[in-house]
Amino acid sequence: MMTQEESPVSLADAPTRRLNMIEAINDALDIMMERDANVVITGEDVGYFGGVFRATAGLQAKYGKTRVFDTPISECGIIGAAVGMAAYGLRPVPEIQFADYIYPGLDQLVSEAARLRYRSAGQFTAPITVRSPFGGGIFGGQTHSQSPEALFTHVAGLKTVIPATPHDAKGLLIAAIEDNDPVIFFEPKRIYNGPFDGYYDTPASPWAKHPGSVVPEGYYSIPLGKARVVKEGEALTVLAYGTMIHVAEAVLAEKGVDAEIIDLRTLVPIDMATVEKSVQKTGRCLVIHEATRTSGFGAELSALVQERCFYHLEAPVERVTGFDTPYPHSLEWAYFPGPVRIGEAVDRLLGN
Amino acid sequence: MAEEPRNPVRKRGNLPPLALHVPEPKHRPGDAVDYSDLVIPPAGAQPRPDESCAAEETYPLCTDLVRVLDDEGRAVGPWDPRLDAETLRRMLRTMALTRAFDDRMYRAQRQGKTSFYMKCTGEEAVAIAAAFALADDDMVFPSYRQQGILVARGYPLVEMINQIYSNRADRLKGRQLPIMYSAKDYGFFSISGNLTTQYPQAVGWAMASAIKGDTRIATSFIGEGSTAEGDFHAAMTFATVYNAPVVLNVVNNQWAISSFSGIAGAERTTFAARAIGYGMAGIRVDGNDALAVFAAVRWAADRARANKGPTLIEHFTYRAEGHSTSDDPSSYRSAQESVEWPLGDPIARLKNHLIALGEWSEEQQAEMDRAVAEEVKAASKEAEKSGILGHGLHHPFKTMFEDVFEELPWHLEEQAEQAIRERRVKWPDWKE
Repeated sequence: MMTQEESPVSLADAPTRRLNMIEAINDALDIMMERDANVVITGEDVGYFGGVFRATAGLQAKYGKTRVFDTPISECGIIGAAVGMAAYGLRPVPEIQFADYIYPGLDQLVSEAARLRYRSAGQFTAPITVRSPFGGGIFGGQTHSQSPEALFTHVAGLKTVIPATPHDAKGLLIAAIEDNDPVIFFEPKRIYNGPFDGYYDTPASPWAKHPGSVVPEGYYSIPLGKARVVKEGEALTVLAYGTMIHVAEAVLAEKGVDAEIIDLRTLVPIDMATVEKSVQKTGRCLVIHEATRTSGFGAELSALVQERCFYHLEAPVERVTGFDTPYPHSLEWAYFPGPVRIGEAVDRLLGN
Repeated sequence: MAEEPRNPVRKRGNLPPLALHVPEPKHRPGDAVDYSDLVIPPAGAQPRPDESCAAEETYPLCTDLVRVLDDEGRAVGPWDPRLDAETLRRMLRTMALTRAFDDRMYRAQRQGKTSFYMKCTGEEAVAIAAAFALADDDMVFPSYRQQGILVARGYPLVEMINQIYSNRADRLKGRQLPIMYSAKDYGFFSISGNLTTQYPQAVGWAMASAIKGDTRIATSFIGEGSTAEGDFHAAMTFATVYNAPVVLNVVNNQWAISSFSGIAGAERTTFAARAIGYGMAGIRVDGNDALAVFAAVRWAADRARANKGPTLIEHFTYRAEGHSTSDDPSSYRSAQESVEWPLGDPIARLKNHLIALGEWSEEQQAEMDRAVAEEVKAASKEAEKSGILGHGLHHPFKTMFEDVFEELPWHLEEQAEQAIRERRVKWPDWKE
């Protein structure tokens, strides 16, 4: 079911463990701190406490408080200091506690980290990985549920990465930390503890039952800019990332549609070769994201597919997204692009 | 029927109506200048605490004004850094060279050789005396008016002009607005243009230096207007929380383009006093007194290097020219302000000090002025061989798409091909 063709061959022989996404992220951070003394972790509550989602648990005890430490509640300061640390030669991995809180740090990301290499002609670089939980479905209300990825994909000089499984979270995070450009690493917090099929009123499934939770021990990386074909199919192509991969899988299986599901994994730079190959085969394309609709990353995907696969398309590209409202608390499942919204779009695409 | 106002004014008994205060500078164009309310304490009267003192000991200095050079050109008081005459002459020459550079580059902009320029006239002592007080490998996170630091550190004038002209020799490949230098090998961080972003970055650099057990410290410069940015608060908080080895400078030159310092809060307190709320050491210094600037920055640098923490220094000075080539200061402030600035001109004051010491003369000054003008002229001619802005001698075209990322991703490769096609439409024979 999972294709991991880009993984080194030796990985197949590596011992594996079943991890949830938080454990996989913690493992990646641990490995990179061990391998590279320039890796430092900063953020609100990341030190002694280990982060509000426990992603940095145990790391301060292991690596000391000058390499993993709490910061003041100042996203501007967290990112700004990280830019300065990077200019010194460190490889900072700041955590922004929720993606919804990232905006005070936006100037430091957009005007500084993203453009430092360009404006200094390579004298200074910003090899920073900003980790941040994003997305809804946890009753977080409008300040703990947002998906602001499109704000970052719009910025020249930033890479944006979103994993959908523990296996990918570890390999992608290691690649992001090793990358010499600034990377926004959004972690879909709805699936920290288990994949989510979109049916919020049925019991959640743990990662342990999902093949994506089989995580090799030790170091491995998954190259940025490479999508993953989650499932091959002929009827239509689904382009998604993060939580929506699992929702799409469940809905399309339930509808009995032979869909090809592509987990983009990296939004910038995007793997259009994989996307084009698939859409040219299926002739139909469904774009799904949880973020608001207007000017969302789905608009970019839709335009790219239209530009590059127009003569293969049998139907207009469909976008399934969150609504253009703040994420409501009590009605969050009315906002969430769940099975009904996806199902309708699939029917339109297939002419049912 | 008239609509009801959405937010009707509420009156309560005989309470007076609330009134908004919008600060207004004392002098506008055409006004006679009156500096009588400016408190300028005598030189030499300010105590100098030990560099390792508790931050609280510096608080009186936050509302005072550290001065060394008196009206007779003597260096007096405990802040006198007792520099030898040779160092003073080098400092004077660097200031004169910077002023000559500014004058020539300003004219070059007016002659159409570049798009933009910013002078530091009247503020030369701040950057240059600070550079003399720091170690050459201490990291500077500058704003756009510290060209004096590059000059002081011996960065080639030709390189500065190449950057200003965005020509084919520009080390920044013509990407940055003129004067937004970057010189990593001279410990000079890439200038942003977005204000105050360099402040938390300097603190981060200093934190990294401390994490690694280095001995280098960081320093940063912003204007008084930029203290209003949130980055200022973030930097001050991080610097004190982590006791970062950093010297944070506020260059209070009284004007932020056309907004006087009152718009940034100067009516209520000094900018150095911002340090008090954070528990940081603070010093307010006469920014036109090169010896006082040197002494204050050296004090703060020694303190930082001894792990005693950060210092905020307000350099009280005056921006003698416009903000940049894009504004005309006579349209918003009295021309007399600069002429009558009670703290004088930093170059004249250092010159007078050297003369008072018997180590300099007006003739030597005139000869030096001629020499630095020649030096700038020669550098300018040399740089012009590599082109001026808009005359085709820029960096190779393909470099436009480089350095967005370490490696060129497919979408930028496609866009580069498009850009090259566009050029060939305009110039069919064009090739790189």
